[in-house]
Amino acid sequence: MLHLEGLSKTYRTGDTALNDVTLSVPKGQILGLIGPSGAGKSTLIRCINRLVEPSAGKVMLGNVDLARLGKSDLRRQRRRIGMIFQEYALVERLTVMENVLSGRLGYVPFWRSFLRRFPPSDIERAYRLLDRVGLMDHADKRADALSGGQRQRVGIARALAQEPELLLVDEPTASLDPKTSRQIMRLLTEICAERNLPAIVNIHDVPLAQQFMQRIVGLRAGRVVFDGPPEQLTEAALTQIYGAEDWNAMRQGEREQAAAEADARARMEAIV
Amino acid sequence: MNGITHHSQVWTYRSPRQRLLLWGGWLALVALFVWCWQVMTRDTIWAFVNDAPTQAADIGGRMFPPRLSYLPELLLPLWDTLNIATLGTIGGVLMAVPVAFLAARNTTPSVHVLRPAALFIIVASRSINSLIWALLLVAIIGPGLLAGIVAIALRSIGFVGKLLYEAIEETDASQIEAVTATGASAAQVISYGIVPQIMPAFWGISVFRWDINIRESAILGLVGAGGIGLKLQASLNVLAWPQVTMILIVILGTVVLSEWISARMRHALI
Repeated sequence: MLHLEGLSKTYRTGDTALNDVTLSVPKGQILGLIGPSGAGKSTLIRCINRLVEPSAGKVMLGNVDLARLGKSDLRRQRRRIGMIFQEYALVERLTVMENVLSGRLGYVPFWRSFLRRFPPSDIERAYRLLDRVGLMDHADKRADALSGGQRQRVGIARALAQEPELLLVDEPTASLDPKTSRQIMRLLTEICAERNLPAIVNIHDVPLAQQFMQRIVGLRAGRVVFDGPPEQLTEAALTQIYGAEDWNAMRQGEREQAAAEADARARMEAIV
Repeated sequence: MNGITHHSQVWTYRSPRQRLLLWGGWLALVALFVWCWQVMTRDTIWAFVNDAPTQAADIGGRMFPPRLSYLPELLLPLWDTLNIATLGTIGGVLMAVPVAFLAARNTTPSVHVLRPAALFIIVASRSINSLIWALLLVAIIGPGLLAGIVAIALRSIGFVGKLLYEAIEETDASQIEAVTATGASAAQVISYGIVPQIMPAFWGISVFRWDINIRESAILGLVGAGGIGLKLQASLNVLAWPQVTMILIVILGTVVLSEWISARMRHALI
């Protein structure tokens, strides 16, 4: 389904965030991406939908190489990839319904989205998704009136509104309490199973990853250093991923994180 | 603990060098004040200044009581003034919105050409007082309300444009990123990712500028651009002080009212 080949990213600062990553995700598989902060997890999933521009390599979604597309083709292909964010990234001042419908933006012309006149099928789908994530009663509330767990459910519904073929999930539970985190992870895995949807989930909570993921990929300094089922994630494997006490790599990671953010911001400027 | 057994009780907020610079700075300021005072008093004719209380009392005496019967004649010019302010604000805001999007670092299509151009428009509009704009426009399109409206609009572009582009630059990038990731077009990213975030700022800025424009439009008549200022000038020309007082009272009342409305609206919006 998704095949990354020799994917690399070097930021303008000279920091290498991804180094020759080759990875395949078959249909229906939920893959957990673990690694120390700044190992390149965030860069990896943003290189797939090109919120961050990869420096080299291929991103094959089906038989389309996303890394080579022009602006408008890229927009069309982005519709196939749903993304769920760390701090929900809902448009806070819009209603829950508007946020879910914004998942359809790639499918409707500007005037429809501007006047909020979405096709009936889109509205029906949005209600169905809100019902699925248990927020039917909150459709007309503003997003900033919801709790953290509820917001992340809206984030999930927005991503699913795209009818995606792949989910990219960036630290979905980073700002949630342990119980809500488990509920959100359960919801995500159920939904992926229902739809036979592949997903790449960045996650820093190793026990959570082991509980919910079918496959774990460990990233360290931009390279894949572990790839296997959760049962194989032994102490030795974890030491290989996180290092015993490798502070230098950590500091480098923080620099890469900053560079990734700066690059993403520069990309946003170019797009808008 | 790293082996130090005695810790100093002395800690100063500024280094000796900083203290010296600070004293030097204050000394220079005092010297500047003394020098300015000398320049100012050199050309002052003290006879006039000594006479000032008498003169003020004289004019004050002529100004009271205000001529209340003049009020009906002021209502139409007052309505004109309100219209100049309101239409001018609407026009200014309409022109300021595209300028703000061109000037904001995160939305401008070209950092090297259009952004500097938009910033120049903002600076040019801000650096010229509306009275000067009105003076120019009365010469160009003739006296009357239209000159006043255009003057207010041109002056408002800079104010609204600057505050709005700062609001656009302060938007949360993650919300914009999320909308982009859905495959939305650039126009859709603006309308779903940016516009909702700047809406409170937009209304607050617009109402605030309308409030300022009411004050500014009251004097535009002085240069012939319509409104209650025309009456003020006419009354001043014939030394009709009781009428001047009446006009000042009306302007004061209007400004107080508009400020109250503006404060209420901004409170409700933000």
